Amino acid sequence: MAIDGDSYVKKIFDPILPGSKDWPVVQLSKDRKQFIESVINESIKVITAAHADSGSLKEEIEQTRFKETLRVKQNPWNVDPDDDPAFWSGIKARLLKTSNSDIEMHKDSINAILHEIVARYANEIRGNFRPSRYKMTRTIVKFGFKRLLNASRVKGFASIWSNKVTLQDKIQITGEFEQLRTLAKKGTVILVPTHFSNLDSILIGWVIHALGLPPFIYGAGLNLFNIGLFAYFMNSLGAYKVDRRKKNFIYLETLKTYSKMATIKGCHSLFFPGGTRSRSGKIEKKLKLGLLGSAMEAQRHSLQHGGNEEANKVFVVPVVINYHFVLEAPALINNYLQSKGQERYYVENDSFSNSYKILMFLFKFFTKGSDISVSIGKGLDLLGNYVDAEGNSIDKKGRFINVADYFISQGNVTADLQREREYTRMLGEVIVKEFHRNNHVFSSHLAAFTAFEILKKRYSHLDLYDLLRVSKEDSTIGYEEFRNSFEVALQHIYQLNNEGKVGIASHLRGDLNEVIDHGLYNMGMYHSKRPLLKNKQGDLISNDLNTLFYYHNRLSGYGLENAI
Amino acid sequence: MDSKMLSEKPVGVVGAGSFGTAIANILAEKSKVLLYARNESVVDHIEKKGISSGQLLHENVSGSNELEEIASKCDIIFPIVPSSNFRSLIKDFSEYLHPYHILIHGTKGLDVSIQDETQESTKLNRNQVRTMSEIIQDESLVVRVGCLAGPNLARELADKQPAATVVASHFDEVIQAGIRLLRNDRFQVYGSQDLIGVELCGVLKNIIAIASGALSGMGYGENARALLISRGMVEMIYLGRALGGNTEAFIGLAGVGDLVATCSSTLSRNFTVGYRLAQGENLQQITDSMDETAEGINTIRIAKKLTNFYKVRAPILEMLHKVLFENLTVEEALQYLMKYPLNVDIDFL
Repeated sequence: MAIDGDSYVKKIFDPILPGSKDWPVVQLSKDRKQFIESVINESIKVITAAHADSGSLKEEIEQTRFKETLRVKQNPWNVDPDDDPAFWSGIKARLLKTSNSDIEMHKDSINAILHEIVARYANEIRGNFRPSRYKMTRTIVKFGFKRLLNASRVKGFASIWSNKVTLQDKIQITGEFEQLRTLAKKGTVILVPTHFSNLDSILIGWVIHALGLPPFIYGAGLNLFNIGLFAYFMNSLGAYKVDRRKKNFIYLETLKTYSKMATIKGCHSLFFPGGTRSRSGKIEKKLKLGLLGSAMEAQRHSLQHGGNEEANKVFVVPVVINYHFVLEAPALINNYLQSKGQERYYVENDSFSNSYKILMFLFKFFTKGSDISVSIGKGLDLLGNYVDAEGNSIDKKGRFINVADYFISQGNVTADLQREREYTRMLGEVIVKEFHRNNHVFSSHLAAFTAFEILKKRYSHLDLYDLLRVSKEDSTIGYEEFRNSFEVALQHIYQLNNEGKVGIASHLRGDLNEVIDHGLYNMGMYHSKRPLLKNKQGDLISNDLNTLFYYHNRLSGYGLENAI
Repeated sequence: MDSKMLSEKPVGVVGAGSFGTAIANILAEKSKVLLYARNESVVDHIEKKGISSGQLLHENVSGSNELEEIASKCDIIFPIVPSSNFRSLIKDFSEYLHPYHILIHGTKGLDVSIQDETQESTKLNRNQVRTMSEIIQDESLVVRVGCLAGPNLARELADKQPAATVVASHFDEVIQAGIRLLRNDRFQVYGSQDLIGVELCGVLKNIIAIASGALSGMGYGENARALLISRGMVEMIYLGRALGGNTEAFIGLAGVGDLVATCSSTLSRNFTVGYRLAQGENLQQITDSMDETAEGINTIRIAKKLTNFYKVRAPILEMLHKVLFENLTVEEALQYLMKYPLNVDIDFL
């Protein structure tokens, strides 16, 4: 069952760079010490520049120390180094020695403290890329997936050694992957995928490999390193560590500088601009702009110092990952419903909490048919203009744009952080648009959307929370009613597709009843409580309205609700 | 950023109407200025006689008939043309414009981007209505966009009376450029980040200016005008917020400042429209005899449809719409407004 018969070609790609020694990420890990040193120095420059004098710098450090001490006490993780408490109380003691009355006298010791903190952060963030491990992990992933796949699809246990079905039959890569390969040769690529599941990182890692691209560095949540299986993958694939608990200025600046310096070095990178997995199931609307901003700075830096624009160009490639099924959906949506409207600290504790559960999921995933599609969007420059096959920025009328022009003021490329922040905001808006355009509608998404909208209309006097508490009897939907609405919604999707506003899976084209059945079969198929299914009378019932709401949300933002 | 740099590249002004000319003269005190006019005879007049729109030009101002020349010689350009010509101007201009250009416009109108707007749809939403800064971004590669708004009656600027303006942009760089180029010892320049809000101030105040003219035409005095200005501002804020502006802009120089100036000036075109309406003329007669556009008329048409869509309460606008397009008399409109059941004075702060 091809997801998009028109553009999907199963194909083996040669690596774009033959030997691993040519990979920028390998170069980076070779000169790691030097690289980290430059990250530390640059971060300190940025942090110091943001403070008028040693007094306010000391205050910043003081605040950081306070927050960190609190974190150590209240929210410790397995991955935290054992000397965390000792380190921060040491900092406290040294800060006490710098009296406020004559702060400039202690300038050197304050700078030394800052250096120590930044160095600690930079070394924690640092990735541990090892080419040998990378290759081994690759092989294990490929081999393991393939074996599982064949055991389940091709009848008989002996077929576990068959090569009939490959990973590419399960995970389909559609869209502009050829362009992506070219861009990775022409400049530095930043992949920005949507984020729905913890599986995304592994999946994208596989896609990068399958397309013959060199490894990308990416920021993975430090919490993932709590889980043994993930830690192994992450450490192998060039991940650097991002700790969402550390929201202090010094940490964030060090993190951004790390990403900026790696981009300047030509390392392709990957980050999820939504920040965390979408709790609601909606495609990200608000992006975290911090790391995009560091890409912006890297681009300007290259233009300022590199001269040769082509070699230093940074490209942004949006990626949308489509699942029928998100393992964590019930936990995510509950989290969303609980904390809607307020940002809260929460303890990660969901279905992805240990290696065993993940393995079970992977096994189920490969033994029952549920497809995943990864759609690679058109490449963008950092101002959100499309780039052509060769990486040239082009405007709406097809004329070439010189990216340097955006950074020029009175004839020269200049650093203007406020301007770059504004550009980053604009880029974020373009990425959100591209996410919606590249999203592929699956039968299950549409079924969930239709069912939930019918209930919303039926109980228009109830607010969301009351609606989610409607009893099973009251939420039964007659098949006729469902089918009619589904058809209307489907027509609307076709139209949006014609207008280039959304992609559709090819399984959506076919007999209406079959499309509906396909959607019902696939929707949340491994959840213990199915979000939508047919009862004995053939009518539709839901065993879990929250999760139905989650899958419904995938199609919000297209104005589809007005059609139903 | 030193003055040496400034003198090297001239500043462009596109549009040689009364406001464009006044701004060109202010800019000319610090920089060379290239003043563009579409009409060759106007450029001729600028070059040979040193006069534009009846104003004597500073010696630093020279005329041009070529958009290409403006774009290639100037990095910073002030487009100041009527809103009805704005989109076509930017379209013609866009092939010469690059992302390094800075455009600060001074046009106080709205643009309707759907083609058959005359096919009477009674509602318009925000996506169908564009501000001038949005047109610039739609039609060209320029992103560093700003606008100029405030109590800046062209006549008084030309007479070198003291005044102030607001330069609004999302970019500090643009605001700083505006301040650097425009500010002098009798012209103060304020900055704002709320580009849309400040643009809307300039646009929406024209509605109230027509009403103010109408009050004068009826022979009413300052109590009536003060009532109009304060209630008019409330309407501006309701509508402005629905369209994406912030309240702050409306209580600033570009909002209440410009509103007071425009409503008090018997010279302004929008005021004149209202005055003549109250004297019993109809819209056709008035527009036929005016040589520059009164932006307020078109703004009322568009704003009325916007209020229909967003269900914004705007009785003054509604009555003006009836007077302009539905043959209600000014007197009847006023009677209706005086009977309007007002409840609270201010409910938006």
